[in-house]
Amino acid sequence: MNSVSIPAGSAAPSVDGMSTRRVIGAYLAEARSECLRYMRAPSFMLPIMLFPTMFYLLFGILMGHASAMDTRYLLVSYGVFGVMSPGLFGFGVSLAMERDGGLLTYKRALPMPPGAYLLGKMLMAMMAAAVVILLLLAMGLTLGHVTLSLSQAGMLLLTGALGVLPFCALGMLVGTFIKGQGAPGLLNMVYLPMSFLSGLWMPLELLPKVLQQIAPIWPSYHLRQLALAAMDMGQTGVMKHVAVLLVFAAVFFLLAARRLRRYG
Amino acid sequence: MQTKTDVVARLCSVVKHYGHLAALDGVDLVLQRGELLAVLGPNGAGKSTSIGLLLGLIRPDGGRAELFGMDPQQIAARRRIGVMLQSAMLPPTLRVGELLRLVASYYPHPRPRQESAALAGIDDLLNRPYGKLSGGQQRRVQFALALCGRPELLFLDEPTVGMDIDARRKLWAAMRRLVAEGCSVVLTTHYLEEAEALAQRVVVVAKGRVLSEGSVDALRAQVPLARIRCATDLDAAAVSAWPLVNAAQREGDRLLIHTSEPERVLRRLLDADLSLSALEVQRAGLAEAFTELTREQNEQPEAA
Repeated sequence: MNSVSIPAGSAAPSVDGMSTRRVIGAYLAEARSECLRYMRAPSFMLPIMLFPTMFYLLFGILMGHASAMDTRYLLVSYGVFGVMSPGLFGFGVSLAMERDGGLLTYKRALPMPPGAYLLGKMLMAMMAAAVVILLLLAMGLTLGHVTLSLSQAGMLLLTGALGVLPFCALGMLVGTFIKGQGAPGLLNMVYLPMSFLSGLWMPLELLPKVLQQIAPIWPSYHLRQLALAAMDMGQTGVMKHVAVLLVFAAVFFLLAARRLRRYG
Repeated sequence: MQTKTDVVARLCSVVKHYGHLAALDGVDLVLQRGELLAVLGPNGAGKSTSIGLLLGLIRPDGGRAELFGMDPQQIAARRRIGVMLQSAMLPPTLRVGELLRLVASYYPHPRPRQESAALAGIDDLLNRPYGKLSGGQQRRVQFALALCGRPELLFLDEPTVGMDIDARRKLWAAMRRLVAEGCSVVLTTHYLEEAEALAQRVVVVAKGRVLSEGSVDALRAQVPLARIRCATDLDAAAVSAWPLVNAAQREGDRLLIHTSEPERVLRRLLDADLSLSALEVQRAGLAEAFTELTREQNEQPEAA
């Protein structure tokens, strides 16, 4: 409803007659549409919300007599598990479908400002990741009786919202390899083993020695270390993990962008 | 090379290969401001490739594609065009009004939403989710999205597929209105009557080359065929042996004659059968002209 008509000459028109204000408006409109369309798609939102929360409820809160420490520890594990999926699936599945259905081609033909498509999806994934963390936090605090300071909860939320980004890049890369309906299957083959191998389902210490040693090759391992640090659960080398995740994100993104340019 | 200001889009001896296959093999195309150009051709002729080049979706292997004198990949050029592609699955959960708002946000001076909706005849659909619409309604929404940015040039790739006759005529009226406002249109279509009804100029493409270019009348004149139908006892085989008769065959009690000189054949026909009745003479339509043009093209390699 609030479409603003801009009189000529106002708001610093750029060379091609599109005012900066309208360009920013286009980025916002893209992000808004991207969020709206997925929030309204239960087939997308439900698995993302349900799997981590159900697992946490079962294994973190109800099963056995989970100690306060376990409940807290599993909040981190399932938080990371829950953050990965909007990144992987939000980018991977939608890119695979949109390459298949012609939406990507259509968007490239339209004068959509550069990057708006990816920025919109990124924002959507960050929001979905934040919602997952909030749900888990709410469960942990109420049902699980986890005690957390406000800053710890805030740090976990921040870690989740930003930590989704390397998985967005990985999802995007997978989305460039496959078109259409096959994407969810392929992504699950990345998602589930990676979660397992980086100790999100059971502590790394229970896995065979080799798997423990190669765990640092998975981005989810590093995100878990960061999430533990956010909860003050004794991890050091925060900057190292941040750097590793940044490198992962950059490499996946550049490879994906290159494939998109080449093969569309 | 200086482009004239009234040329809005141009392909200059464009070559595009897909592997060994030459999708376009030296195509020249010029579109003037305010012109409706129909691009016709059988499937795989290179229509979509031509459009893709002008939209900057693909790059030519040789030659040049220009939009408003610019590279089509420049966003400034694309801000002046509207697009309706053959197949684009838009997000099904977004409402029509939201889609219009999104696409309009990409343009510097878009139309008000109500105006776009009215032009495309979708006023009543604005609050409906896109995925709940029928195929024809979705096409109309896509048309609204194409024109919502107040483009100077519209690309319409098979716009009326899946529409009923009424919706199609409404879309034609909207297209005529846009052209009257000075908008140029590039239209590809399988419906020749669509090209016949709308186009000022028709380009026929086949096998990656432009076979013919000109007004609809000029195109028809290239294939000076006429059909004569009448009720007569004359033998089809005998008539087909007459000079100037291309073919003659029987359809029930009627005789159907194809000729390029209907006046002279008619004179002989009327002399030969005084009791001849139910006479019809029809000039070839665009459909016949098109079939004729592309058939020759198809037969050449076999004859060679």
